[in-house]
Amino acid sequence: MNYRFDWSVLWSGQSGGWLLQGLLTTLEIAALGWLIAVALGVLSGALRTVPLALLRWLATGYVEFFRNVPLLVWMFFWYFGVPPLLPQAVRDWLFDHGAEFWAAVFALGVYHGARFSEVIRAGIQSIPKTQLEAALSTGLTIAQAYRLIILPIALRLIIPPATNETLNLIKNSSVALTIGVAELTFQTRQIETYTAKAFEALAAGTVIYLMLCLTIATLMARIERRVAIPGMIAQGQSGVA
Amino acid sequence: MDFQVVVNNFVFLIAQGFLGIGGFTGGTLRLAIPAIVFGFILGTLVGLARLSPSRWLNWPAKIYVEFFRGVPLVMVIFWFWFMIPALAGKSLPEYIVALTAFVIFEAAYLAEIVRAGIQSVPRGQVEAATATGLSKSLLMRHVILPQALRNMIPALVTQFIVLLKDTSLASIIGYVDLTKAAQIVNNREIRPFELYLFIALIYWLCSYAMSRYARRLENRLIAR
Repeated sequence: MNYRFDWSVLWSGQSGGWLLQGLLTTLEIAALGWLIAVALGVLSGALRTVPLALLRWLATGYVEFFRNVPLLVWMFFWYFGVPPLLPQAVRDWLFDHGAEFWAAVFALGVYHGARFSEVIRAGIQSIPKTQLEAALSTGLTIAQAYRLIILPIALRLIIPPATNETLNLIKNSSVALTIGVAELTFQTRQIETYTAKAFEALAAGTVIYLMLCLTIATLMARIERRVAIPGMIAQGQSGVA
Repeated sequence: MDFQVVVNNFVFLIAQGFLGIGGFTGGTLRLAIPAIVFGFILGTLVGLARLSPSRWLNWPAKIYVEFFRGVPLVMVIFWFWFMIPALAGKSLPEYIVALTAFVIFEAAYLAEIVRAGIQSVPRGQVEAATATGLSKSLLMRHVILPQALRNMIPALVTQFIVLLKDTSLASIIGYVDLTKAAQIVNNREIRPFELYLFIALIYWLCSYAMSRYARRLENRLIAR
């Protein structure tokens, strides 16, 4: 193996700027995707536990359909498959406003929403049924009982698995490079193309991902301890990357 | 919308893309099945190493697991895409690159499943077996592993579903799996909606059927 390492490619030229831009784009699609995923996940996760069969079926259908298909296929579907079916004006507007970016955000959000849903359902179902019954017997409606009692407890319980899912979402945002979003992995490849220094470029990208995951895992473990209800939930440790 | 394109290319998509029978070395199953088998073998070794009392074994195993679980699979595939030719001195087929990447990546996840499976065997079993005079390796082979394996099966099936979906990423280095096969057809026919929806359904069918199966196995384990 006669490979000549040249780490200076990472700080000479444009590489540093590209990596930074890539990291920012990764954070942007991950953050926006996360918001969609959590909203869909909380809604469908909660609906899967309510005593109304129709709502349960709808939510189950969403979860089972979206999480059983690869994210890459969803990205292709939302980016290549759906726009041709839209009216010309909408399509033009989309492609003028970064269609690949929004397709990636949407695909990530909807796919991970289905996975968050499972986490949230498990959290809700681990709360004893008597909690809900007690809440209802005090005169709260089902919606109130969920909003005031069940969800606040469940959201605390699920911090460790939800952290894992968040890290999965961040790592999966790298799939967006396949539809041309200039996120971190994309920029890593770009440095490789321009400098022909694959090892250095990949190492830089890898280290950034690892640090990002580690930071979030540490942060969430701290939040978990902070919001724990004393005596109610065992002070567990969050899953680290 | 015109699903005729799916009918016309059905054989190519399924035989070549999904099963791997045809002109290209490809196929989703041809990658996923060896990857889970070899990944499980490597994962068992790593999982056992993580449980070993020796620091020389459990530290490297821990670093291995944490490293690969902290990095996107896309990144790992690119690593192997560049590293294997550099190490081997010549370029190798995408199949070898993809299979190596998947085995090594999945082993990190499978190691955690193996570790959890072994830890799920009650402590009393180990103590009782030791008391009857079994050696460490006999204890592992006859007492712990058979019970641990049974406990692991639902998690292994679930991991295989994850792997099956992940193999779609092998298409980014040009491996002709189901996703790449759909891309190839789409380049010719320009019917993205129909084609990607169709392969989504194929993936869905496999994953959903297997996840139902995993749930049944789990219930049977709980009922035991």
